[in-house]
Amino acid sequence: MINLVPHLLAFQQSSSEQTPEGSLFFPPKASNFAAESDWLYNFIFWVSTIAFALTIIATVYFVLRYRKSVAPEPQPSPTHSTKLEVIWSVIPSIFLVIMFWKGFELFVDYRKVPAGAYQIQASGVKWKWTFRYPTGAESDVLHVPMGEPVEILITSKDVLHSVFIPAFRVKQDAVPGRYTKLWFEATMPGTFPLYCTEYCGKDHSAMNTTTVVHETRGEFEEWLKGALNPYEGMTPVQSGELAYTRRGCNACHSNDGSANTAPSFQGLMGATREFEDGTSLVADENYILESITNPKAKVVKGFQPVMLPNGGQDLSDEERDFLVAYINSLQAN
Amino acid sequence: MTNTTPDVHYLNCDKGFKSWFWTLDHKRLGLMYMWSVIAAFILGGIFALLVRMELMQPNMGIEENAALYGWSKELGPANLYNHFFTLHGAIMVFLVIIPGIPAALGNFALPMMLGAKDVAYPKLNRFSYHLWLSGAIFFVLALVTKGLDTGWTFYAPYSLETDTAVVFATTGAFILGFSSIFTGLNMLVTIHKLRPDGMTWFKMPLFLWAIYATAIIQILATPVIGIALLMLTIERVLGVGIFDPTLGGDPVLFEHIFWFYSHPAVYVMVLPAMGVVSELLANFSRKPIFGYRSIAFSSVAIAIFSFIVWGHHMFVSGQSDLVNVVFSALTFSVAVPSAIKVFNWIATLYKGSISLDTPMWYALSVIWLFGIGGLTGLWLGTLGTDIHLHDTYFVVAHFHFVMVGSAIFAFIGGVFYWWPKMYGVMYNETVAKTGTAIAFIGFNLTFLPQFVAGSKGMPRRYFDYAEEFASYNFWSSIGAMTLGVGLVIALYALLKSLMGERKAAPANPWGAVTLDWQCTSPPPPHNFDHAPPVDGPYDHELVRWNEDLQGYEPVDPVDGDPNLARMGSAKLA
Amino acid sequence: MTTASADAPGHDDDHGHGHDHPKHLAHHFDTLEQQFGSSKLGMWAFLLTEVLFFSGLFVAYATLRANNSEVFSYASSFLDTKWGAINTVVLLISSFTAAMSVRNAQLGETSKLKRNLIITLICAGGFMGIKYVEYSHKWHAGLLPPGLENSMFNPETPWIPEAGHHDTDYLNLQRDTMDMAPAERVHFMTTLGRFFGVYFFLTGLHGVHVLIGMGVISWLILRTSRGEFGPDNFTAVDLVALYWHLVDLVWIFLFPLLYLIA
Ligand code: HEA
Ligand code: HEA
Ligand code: HEC
Ligand code: CUA
Ligand SMILES: [Cu+2]
Repeated sequence: MINLVPHLLAFQQSSSEQTPEGSLFFPPKASNFAAESDWLYNFIFWVSTIAFALTIIATVYFVLRYRKSVAPEPQPSPTHSTKLEVIWSVIPSIFLVIMFWKGFELFVDYRKVPAGAYQIQASGVKWKWTFRYPTGAESDVLHVPMGEPVEILITSKDVLHSVFIPAFRVKQDAVPGRYTKLWFEATMPGTFPLYCTEYCGKDHSAMNTTTVVHETRGEFEEWLKGALNPYEGMTPVQSGELAYTRRGCNACHSNDGSANTAPSFQGLMGATREFEDGTSLVADENYILESITNPKAKVVKGFQPVMLPNGGQDLSDEERDFLVAYINSLQAN
Repeated sequence: MTNTTPDVHYLNCDKGFKSWFWTLDHKRLGLMYMWSVIAAFILGGIFALLVRMELMQPNMGIEENAALYGWSKELGPANLYNHFFTLHGAIMVFLVIIPGIPAALGNFALPMMLGAKDVAYPKLNRFSYHLWLSGAIFFVLALVTKGLDTGWTFYAPYSLETDTAVVFATTGAFILGFSSIFTGLNMLVTIHKLRPDGMTWFKMPLFLWAIYATAIIQILATPVIGIALLMLTIERVLGVGIFDPTLGGDPVLFEHIFWFYSHPAVYVMVLPAMGVVSELLANFSRKPIFGYRSIAFSSVAIAIFSFIVWGHHMFVSGQSDLVNVVFSALTFSVAVPSAIKVFNWIATLYKGSISLDTPMWYALSVIWLFGIGGLTGLWLGTLGTDIHLHDTYFVVAHFHFVMVGSAIFAFIGGVFYWWPKMYGVMYNETVAKTGTAIAFIGFNLTFLPQFVAGSKGMPRRYFDYAEEFASYNFWSSIGAMTLGVGLVIALYALLKSLMGERKAAPANPWGAVTLDWQCTSPPPPHNFDHAPPVDGPYDHELVRWNEDLQGYEPVDPVDGDPNLARMGSAKLA
Repeated sequence: MTTASADAPGHDDDHGHGHDHPKHLAHHFDTLEQQFGSSKLGMWAFLLTEVLFFSGLFVAYATLRANNSEVFSYASSFLDTKWGAINTVVLLISSFTAAMSVRNAQLGETSKLKRNLIITLICAGGFMGIKYVEYSHKWHAGLLPPGLENSMFNPETPWIPEAGHHDTDYLNLQRDTMDMAPAERVHFMTTLGRFFGVYFFLTGLHGVHVLIGMGVISWLILRTSRGEFGPDNFTAVDLVALYWHLVDLVWIFLFPLLYLIA
């Protein structure tokens, strides 16, 4: 059963101010926007709390003071008062204007990308992010240097997705057929979660990854070099295994025989495949290659034709060969 | 004790299934709406509890909880969860909360409040109800065939490619939209044309103003979602290329058209609720409502402003920056009339004589819950903070506070208020209040932690989440169960009053002077022979408590018959 | 209102159909004027709903058009302005006869009423006939929404005319897109397809409204034959005429938007 005590403790822990995990209400403040966004949040919080407290105090007081047992008959009192009504329309309005204005100012910052920002392309496909760097390197975890403006150009290959990095207080939808963008400047080294926040189907909640902030530009460049050719020094099967996760095949295909959105790769090679149109064949290298480049040509019985060509990725010829080799290596046990 | 229940009333004047199914009587239609809505509410509530069960701890996996859901074996836990929250949201919005007050309580009470015999178009009214039933059947079809996993927002292009029963659901929602339009149309015309002599616009009970403002939105906004859903359906079936990016369409356009309706729709939910709360607060404080005109006008103002703020749901959708700024500014304009209402309610309590009967408990709860729900809307309307909060649990908590906390609580309050009129019986106050209190506590426990989880970055529509959100979700799930228990007790209080030894209700248990309390409980089939004369809706000094009746009686009855009490006339005569 | 029934105190079981009630007055109304006013107000509100119903589609059309104005004006050259214009005239005539029939009903001119209603119905039928001609031409020429299999604009399996078959629309399109780069051509073709998607959607929805109108007009004709309408009962005719004017009005917008933008 669920143990209550640890939960209570968790509550206590998270309330200690500004641990690396963030404060009571906020994730860590890890970008240039965090301080201002949180300030505005707190501002609205206090205005609202005071307004709310006043209304509730008044309500409770009146209910107690004028409850029937104390006040058996209503006493005469005005039925309206223009003065009062103007006051309680104008005062909130003033605060509303401030809120709007502060929010607007901050929004302008959010949208004004500084010249010379480092550009990264993000592309969402069910259910995986791919980040592409100016050097041509690619990764499924977002890597950024600290202390430098970074612009992310976002698009989607299939349905709507959304990039959300709570620690940076940034969010932007990925829309198929268009580019959207966001920018930030990381202010704290570390690893922070990155979520997909636009509902995108079955594994929406698994479409998350992390953002790694490198403390120095040098460190970042170092990583970038390694990312350029991730397959260096590996055997084809090892490379295929890496491609399998890097290219998001694992979002739908398992490698342990369990069927998911898609058939498992384990034991696929050499097995008899039955298709939706009633035909069948024995899986060989050519069939696998065809299934990767043109998955709709032969749709496996019992599955939906939801796979995009190349799994929605820009696979190189080499990578396709690696994947075939990898699938070949996954014999049934 | 004098029994004022008449021998022949609308409940027993005709018998049998057909006499209900084909009835033209607004009271019977109101009751049928009410029970249908409650049934749908329970169904939606079951899905809510399934959602909360899954989220109680990270890495749960709900297959074992899903025996109810026929094809659960074929879907993994993630898929199943997506079905649950979609069906929960869609049922609650389209089947429960939109028809909730206007169609159920509005139908029952509105013509009586006007001293009329029926709504302007009784046949159209019956047709609306039959449309509601057909819409519900389509929803059930979606539920039992392939389910639905698009989210209640049906965003393209996902809704174009998922293989679940989208067409059934959009057809159902389309039909329900027309049901809602016809109800609105009926109410609008009824208020315009069937007001009795002497009831000028500013002598209408505020509930009527609220329904009137709601009707404007229903008539003007609902057709737009109708066409949006039709476009989506046609797009899915024929591939027109309006929304589908693979054919060159624009998915953001769907968002615009969807929210053009769905934002005003949130005021279709809350305006009638505010009307109910205004009635309750005035009558249980035995005071005229403070600032009658401001409340009346603010309803209309909210209705009008509601049409120009839809873009605040799309601050990060990729719409242009300028549009974002304009929508943010406009969004705040709705907050002012809402604030006016809240302050006027509180001023109504001042120097009153407050009876804390069950309906009043709900009304006071709404002040608290709408306060929180409405104020958190301000974080979301502010551009700088919505970027962080959009599509997190903060939004989920916001809209439950306004939809459940305000609209549903007001609906239940209204049911408790008109229950004696509907069935001519009184419920047990202690049981009813226990239910209310538990529901109120459970509600806060469910949704307050979600604000924190959302601020810390927990995205919505997630079936699983990081360890750091565990404690909030745990307490939220506990709260949901508490809330469920409270509501079941409330329902029990109502049902119990109909069983066993009934406690007959007087014609006017609460001391209200609106016309709905001036006929017997339950009312005769045609309410009034002629429209009773009227004066101000909140002149409580026209009635006084009568210990024998266990209810209120006119100070100066027209013809001395307590069953035919027409109080307004006391002043006119 | 109280005046209307002031003479009938407390007859409880009278379900409102008292002798003082005129024949066409429903029990919950006090006077005929009140009943008529209610019907009229309701109809206007309903027409407002209809306007907003169409407006969603017009907005979609306007957005697509604004983003692809050249393609859209090119596309409209595939529509036959002649048929469109004839249909406009046909509908205008029917709107006129509909208006006349209201007057006939008010004056109790039953035979004229019947004649005018029948003309309205014939015009509506003519309109649908012409629509049928237009639709079937496009169907055979593959000028269809891009998602359909036999659409020329289907991105995956574009339709092509059978060998030896001389298809002007197809040849024109080939000629006009000859110089385009392949990617540009694909884009051009899907955009064109969208125009036809919207075309079918808008005119189809309007057509459904015409069909509904034909249904209610037939019902009016039936009731006229039974002699139901007269100076004290013409509400139904009045409301249907209002509806019919709206259907006409929508077409008045559709015609230039779709046919005349070239
Ligand atoms: C009954 C329904 C209802 C109501 C009444 C409201 C009321 C408001 N809503 Fe809410 N809203 C929803 C239902 C509702 N909402 C739903 C369902 C969604 C999400 C849909 C989805 O995505 O699935 C949503 C989402 C939503 C968003 C989008 C968030 C996002 O997705 O990023 C925004 C943004 O602006 C917003 C704002 C507001 C505002 C400003 C109000 C205002 O009207 C509130 C006004 C009220 C007050 C201000 C409180 C009362 C006043 C006082 C106590 C006095 C003191 C006042 C001051 C000091 C100002 N709402
Ligand atoms: C009216 C609208 C309404 C209502 C009432 C509710 C009620 C509840 N909702 Fe729901 N909810 C939505 C509208 C509503 N919700 C919408 C629109 C969404 C978004 C969906 C989407 O993202 O697409 C959503 C999403 C949503 C989520 C987020 C899911 C996600 O994003 O992953 C959660 C999670 O906690 C949740 C929980 C609850 C709970 C615990 C209740 C509880 O309050 C339920 C309690 C009710 C019962 C337990 C039934 C018992 C009732 C009776 C016994 C009858 C009593 C009757 C009388 C006394 C008359 N809801
Ligand atoms: C969106 C989910 C998804 C992704 C991502 C995906 N696939 Fe698939 N794949 C499927 C589905 C569903 C099928 C079965 C239906 C079919 O044959 O089209 C399939 C079929 C296959 C087959 C044939 C399998 C068999 O049992 O015959 C191969 C091989 C394959 N995919 C390889 C890949 C590779 C390699 C990648 C990554 C680059 C990938 N897939 C990414 C969904 C996906
Ligand atoms: Cu991708 Cu949600
Ligand atoms: Cu909104």
